Amino acid sequence: MSERLKQRLLPLTALLSILAIWAAVVHWFDIPEYIVPSPVHVARTLIRDFSVILRNLWPTALESFLGFFIGNLASIALATVFVHWKTVEQTFFPLAIIIRSIPIVAVAPILVLMLGNDMTPKVVIAALICFFPTLVNMVKGLSSVNPQALELMKVLSASKSEIFFKLRLYNSLPYLFAALKIAASASVIGAIVGEWIGSTEGIGALIIQATYNFDTGLLYAAITAACVFSVLFTVAISWLERRVVKWSPEIG
Amino acid sequence: MSALSESVSVDNVSVRFDSDRGTVTAIESISFELARGAFLSILGPSGCGKSTLLRVVADLIPPSGGDVSLFGSTPAEVRKRRDLGFVFQDAALLPWRTARQNVELPMEVGDGANLAKGGPSASDLLELVGLGKWHDSYPHELSGGMRQRVSIARSLVTAPKILLMDEPFGALDEITRDRLNEELLRIWRETGTTILFVTHSIQEALYLGQKVLVLASHPGRVREMNEPDLPDERGLDIRESAEFVRQAAHLRALLETC
Repeated sequence: MSERLKQRLLPLTALLSILAIWAAVVHWFDIPEYIVPSPVHVARTLIRDFSVILRNLWPTALESFLGFFIGNLASIALATVFVHWKTVEQTFFPLAIIIRSIPIVAVAPILVLMLGNDMTPKVVIAALICFFPTLVNMVKGLSSVNPQALELMKVLSASKSEIFFKLRLYNSLPYLFAALKIAASASVIGAIVGEWIGSTEGIGALIIQATYNFDTGLLYAAITAACVFSVLFTVAISWLERRVVKWSPEIG
Repeated sequence: MSALSESVSVDNVSVRFDSDRGTVTAIESISFELARGAFLSILGPSGCGKSTLLRVVADLIPPSGGDVSLFGSTPAEVRKRRDLGFVFQDAALLPWRTARQNVELPMEVGDGANLAKGGPSASDLLELVGLGKWHDSYPHELSGGMRQRVSIARSLVTAPKILLMDEPFGALDEITRDRLNEELLRIWRETGTTILFVTHSIQEALYLGQKVLVLASHPGRVREMNEPDLPDERGLDIRESAEFVRQAAHLRALLETC
């Protein structure tokens, strides 16, 4: 068996085993369906209510995308400012670290109160969740350039913008993508958390409704849909990373 | 003035840094003169400020006192005219650029594009450093010695009048180092550029330099300007000659009493 095939087959085997154990436990211990449904029941619900789930996945996906885009763009811009104006960094970076330690889930109700019940608060929550990890990584990526490469640029009389575009930006890309991969799934979490609070549509709203109705089939199916979307989002970022970062990052 | 415009002149240069423990003198009152086209080795123990001295000549660190004149111009002027090349201990290649793109970097930044003076092409230079087949390789595909060759080619792309080298072979194994020493002498003869070469290896300093500037440490100052009586045309076997061995012993004694 080729190494590549093995790498694909092993996790798949693990997943199928977990599903099998799940089904077996539910069956043998006679666990009622309203507490834990069997995977077969979840799969059936997924097929039966596919249109409902898809209709609710759409706003969640849109909010995650928008939040991901806005949050990361803002942190990349701020990191760029930080790297060029040390005083700004010294003033705001410690503040950013403090703000980061506020659990976003706890701020979500405040944002919903402030921004109303449409898409805006969800996008803002998703953006906030993406913002800090990317900011920290981007600042690191932009500033951790090889000091001798920086001296080389000075020997070559390079301007600040040349140093930025030819050295710092490339240097930051591996750090940026490491953050983006985390941000992709985090933005989905942000959107869902936002939808928990008084929303009528979206995977988050579906989760709340299904829970109140003891409709565990729908609950698990909604979670599965969010999970698949989140994985696909992350995989897309990994794919982009392989296209963009073609060099080996460990050599500076 | 004609003598000045034809030489590298370091006159009474000092560098002091402010640190937590007060002012630290990195180098003190260093002076020397070097004719255009010469090869000077700068030898000293760690902490003698040899890298600092090189960075003053390159206009990377401002001197606290004294003057540097490169062929009658200031280091800043020479740097802006692209008449100055610098090779670092770390090859400092940009990992996202191929060997050729790394060599071409100096022509893309600053005034590089405007100052293109019909100098050597990147391909010719990679040929010169023996990497003819590796134009399109990325740094991570090259060995440490090959990366340093690329960095030498990059420093030569502007056809500099002066080349400053800061322990460029310090991190390489001895066999690679020997080979690159030989090739550096060949490149020096072919290009006719003036070279200041910092090292802490006595063998390397003596083999490469027409002159060897020995520095003492804490603070860095000139111990001796040594002019060994060795033939200009030399191979690695010169290191077994009586004169070379005698000079090496002399330099070792100097360093031990620094």
